[in-house]
Amino acid sequence: MSLSKALIVYRKELRDMLRDKRTIRSMVIIPVVAFPLLMMVVGYFGSKSETEAHREASAVMIQGSEYAPKLMAALSKVSKIDVQPYQSDARQEVTDKKIRAVAVIPAGFDSDVAAGKTPQISIGYFEGDEKSELARDRLQTFFSAYRDSVARAALEARGVPVSLLSPFQIDAQNVAPPSKVGAELIGGFVLYMIIIWCFTGGMYPAMDLTAGEKERGTMETVLTSPISRADLAFGKFLTVFTASVVSSALSIGSLAFVWSKRAEFGMGTSDLQISINAGSLLSLTMVLLPLAALFASVLIAVALYAKSYREAQSYVSPMVFVVVLPGIIGMMPGIELSWKTALVPILNISVLSKVLMGGSYPWAYIAAIFGMTCVYAAIALSAAVRMFNREDVLFRT
Amino acid sequence: MIEARELSKVFNDKKRGEIRAVDRVSFTCIPGEIYGLLGANGAGKTTTLRMLATILGPTSGTATVAGFDVVREPEKVRANIGFLSTATALYDRLTAFETVEYFGQLYGLDSATIKQRAAELFKALDMEEFRDRRCAKLSTGMKQKVSIARTLIHNPSVMIFDEPTSGLDVMTARSIIDFIRQCRDQGKTVIFSTHVMTEVEKLCDRIGIIHGGELRTEGTLEEMRDRYRKDTLEDVFVEVSGDGR
Repeated sequence: MSLSKALIVYRKELRDMLRDKRTIRSMVIIPVVAFPLLMMVVGYFGSKSETEAHREASAVMIQGSEYAPKLMAALSKVSKIDVQPYQSDARQEVTDKKIRAVAVIPAGFDSDVAAGKTPQISIGYFEGDEKSELARDRLQTFFSAYRDSVARAALEARGVPVSLLSPFQIDAQNVAPPSKVGAELIGGFVLYMIIIWCFTGGMYPAMDLTAGEKERGTMETVLTSPISRADLAFGKFLTVFTASVVSSALSIGSLAFVWSKRAEFGMGTSDLQISINAGSLLSLTMVLLPLAALFASVLIAVALYAKSYREAQSYVSPMVFVVVLPGIIGMMPGIELSWKTALVPILNISVLSKVLMGGSYPWAYIAAIFGMTCVYAAIALSAAVRMFNREDVLFRT
Repeated sequence: MIEARELSKVFNDKKRGEIRAVDRVSFTCIPGEIYGLLGANGAGKTTTLRMLATILGPTSGTATVAGFDVVREPEKVRANIGFLSTATALYDRLTAFETVEYFGQLYGLDSATIKQRAAELFKALDMEEFRDRRCAKLSTGMKQKVSIARTLIHNPSVMIFDEPTSGLDVMTARSIIDFIRQCRDQGKTVIFSTHVMTEVEKLCDRIGIIHGGELRTEGTLEEMRDRYRKDTLEDVFVEVSGDGR
């Protein structure tokens, strides 16, 4: 193989690619402009709806309020709970999201409580509906506090120390530093997005430089020149690799920018932190470069097989799911970095990112993931070169 | 010089099975001569020329082109040929000069030589006006000129033309024919495939008629007419390509 010949192809393809509006759109404009814009819109509305839900009072209905006048009197003083007149179809009202929850107080509640029986209050809510779950929590908090006050009064009446009610206190505190919390919550997501841009950034150039060239007849033209097919494949590989790297670098940049400006963009002032510094960037780059090489080789091998650009799209587009899936699995709780997960391409990087964003650098794993991804990329690149040497692929009609 | 010896190509088609596209074709084409490969569509002309240009490898047999073996030294063969067909398109997003420059680099020429050769070719082919225009914006005739410059930038000793006038208007086709003639006059070895009889009659010093992948006959125009006792090449072609042989 001659690197100088491959570089001639690379320089030409780069120039050609930068003049292709379709490629520029997928490689630059979408990750830099459209994606952060989408994130800002989603973040803005997400933050707005969450704030709204917490600000407004939860509309609830109480069945059997007549059995607990004292409880109702206390409940009416809670500003965040809006008790509405009970209707017989209250459960349906919850399902229809007209009210947020319904509580059922059993008959003879007050007398049962006074008699030392333990009547049960049940709460009906809409599982999965944020506002309904908030109403449930508010009712539970209120009922618990009311229960404690009843117990406290009963103990005081009997001259028993109130402290007996709670012989000890429980206090749960987050001991993980903010960066680790941030990494656990969004570290996987950040890298997952970068992986997607790494793939989609190379998609269009790969299709254009292979199936597109076959369709336009320029592939045969270059095959008449003395360049070897391996050099041609390598030159094209370098171009797609560059597009993938540039696309993911731009997405990292735009993500970092949006993240740093999240308060100004109205995306909430979450105190989540992720650790983006020289160490995490270097480690990310180390594992992302061979991943971009793997994507570029696979994309070229697959797209070259297609007879036309359109056919290549039908092969390459479903591959996005193949890329997304290990990314999603890596984001799941419980999937941790281990020697087994380090072997699975894409998944390993997704899992590693959670650790990196938390400010830890497991260098043995980083080296193993880098090495394994290099091996996968080398296998894929040799497959791509073999495809360029197959007449039935180059002249497939 | 081109020497094809028992050149064969077999394709495996999923539906049709084994297809013998070229079957033991042998011929010789010498410098300063235009060899016309005449045949109907699907006769095996393009496959033969693609094997000579080493774009396809032969299933059996071989050929030497400009002194190099197509099987053992394909890159040296390609370095010494100019291949032009209507299937060899240009990069839409490169300018005429960038296209020629790119191929000059692929042929291993240095920057100064490329500039000098390109300047000569652009002047000779009257291309200076659209030198810096992108190929997508060029007319068919202009594109053909860029293709010609592309094939000549390394001044090859062998020229291979695969139906170069197919789909072109009369004026553009005529300029291509003139160009092929010039190549012969410069002492290059020229092989030219077509199914247009008049082009063969006008241009070719020797003719080979290919049918069903086999080279059925070859010789000069006069030799063919005498051999088959026909007045026109078309009659000879029908006779050779039909069952009468």
